[in-house]
Amino acid sequence: MALDKPYAGIPGTTIFDADQVRKGYHLNMFCMSLMKLANRERFKADERAYLDEWPMTEEQKRAVLARDYNGMITLGGNIYFLAKIFATDGKSFQYAAALMTGMSQQEYAQMMLDGGRSPAGPPNRRS
Amino acid sequence: MARITAGVATSHVPAIGAAIDLGKTQEAYWAPLFRGYEFSKRWMVENRPDVVILVFNDHATAFSLDIIPTFAIGCAASFAPADEGWGPRPVPLVEGHPELASHIAQSVIQQDFDLTIVNRMDVDHGLTVPLSLMCGQPEAWPFKVIPLAVNVVTYPPPSGRRCYELGKAIRRAVATFDQDLTVQVWGTGGMSHQLQGPRAGVINKDFDTRFLDALTQHPETAAGIPHIDYIREAGAEGIELVMWLVMRGALDAQVRELHRFQHVPASNTAVGHLILENTR
Repeated sequence: MALDKPYAGIPGTTIFDADQVRKGYHLNMFCMSLMKLANRERFKADERAYLDEWPMTEEQKRAVLARDYNGMITLGGNIYFLAKIFATDGKSFQYAAALMTGMSQQEYAQMMLDGGRSPAGPPNRRS
Repeated sequence: MARITAGVATSHVPAIGAAIDLGKTQEAYWAPLFRGYEFSKRWMVENRPDVVILVFNDHATAFSLDIIPTFAIGCAASFAPADEGWGPRPVPLVEGHPELASHIAQSVIQQDFDLTIVNRMDVDHGLTVPLSLMCGQPEAWPFKVIPLAVNVVTYPPPSGRRCYELGKAIRRAVATFDQDLTVQVWGTGGMSHQLQGPRAGVINKDFDTRFLDALTQHPETAAGIPHIDYIREAGAEGIELVMWLVMRGALDAQVRELHRFQHVPASNTAVGHLILENTR
């Protein structure tokens, strides 16, 4: 019997469950490698070559190169692992969150200052 | 005999750590948040515990996808602040309490909570930001810390009920440790926030306030909140709030709420903070 996934219907939200863990194992472990300074430097020097050292799918590699965080999440990425990529880029969580909502960072920051997104409201359309 | 005297709950947003480390606490964006912890820092000085059992989650730092422990207790003599991708935070080494930690592990495993024992672990912002919020920027942390890491990254985390019951088991374990120690239990993470996808930015101040009320006065009710309610109402990452229930379970049924603070936003997150004291 399939597991019950009551969270599957929440718009704009991907829950990092066992199925996503399986899909994203290598993608997330690549991210994890960026916690070491030497690896960050090698990645920055030649991103494609560094990615090719990992048994990730071509689609996952392209999403990383494009910094398509929604794409990476669909392909099994988890935000805390993906954070190693934007940290390597010198970007903040708020930068990444704005990007995923398709808002400018300024618009997103203003939304947060105004009290954030209502849980009942619609998510932003993906840009 | 060791004794649990109080519990602390606080969010552990990484941007708060960065604001402290970069000297931005007086800036207009951050000042209102840090004002909410002024009382807490004074209270910590006046009520310094010997040991804090600090319930937090690792954010893909010490644990990758290779091993995902649901509950892990740090039994090492010390824990280094981790390099999370931009260099380790400039904060003191975290000193552990291996004797009490091993005692708790042995005791709660025999109470049917199968903790993973960790003898080497770097600690990330989930553990160090609460220390900074409560203690400021000392040369050394003023107490020993036993890290208790809860998996809330890979779904499903333990249920709120399970966390609450673990807190009760920890309380029984501490009460049977025969050194004369004052112990606090801290629950960290939350409150409402979602960091991922087109729905990023969810905040639900009503849910958060109801949670604070329930946690303090009706912990059994708070313990019964199902995962889906956190995700739907408080955002995907709002599920971190189950960790506050470990803290609450470790306290008396009736507690005194000494301090409460809520602030929106810290970066993407609603900040919540409580100090609860046992009255006996």
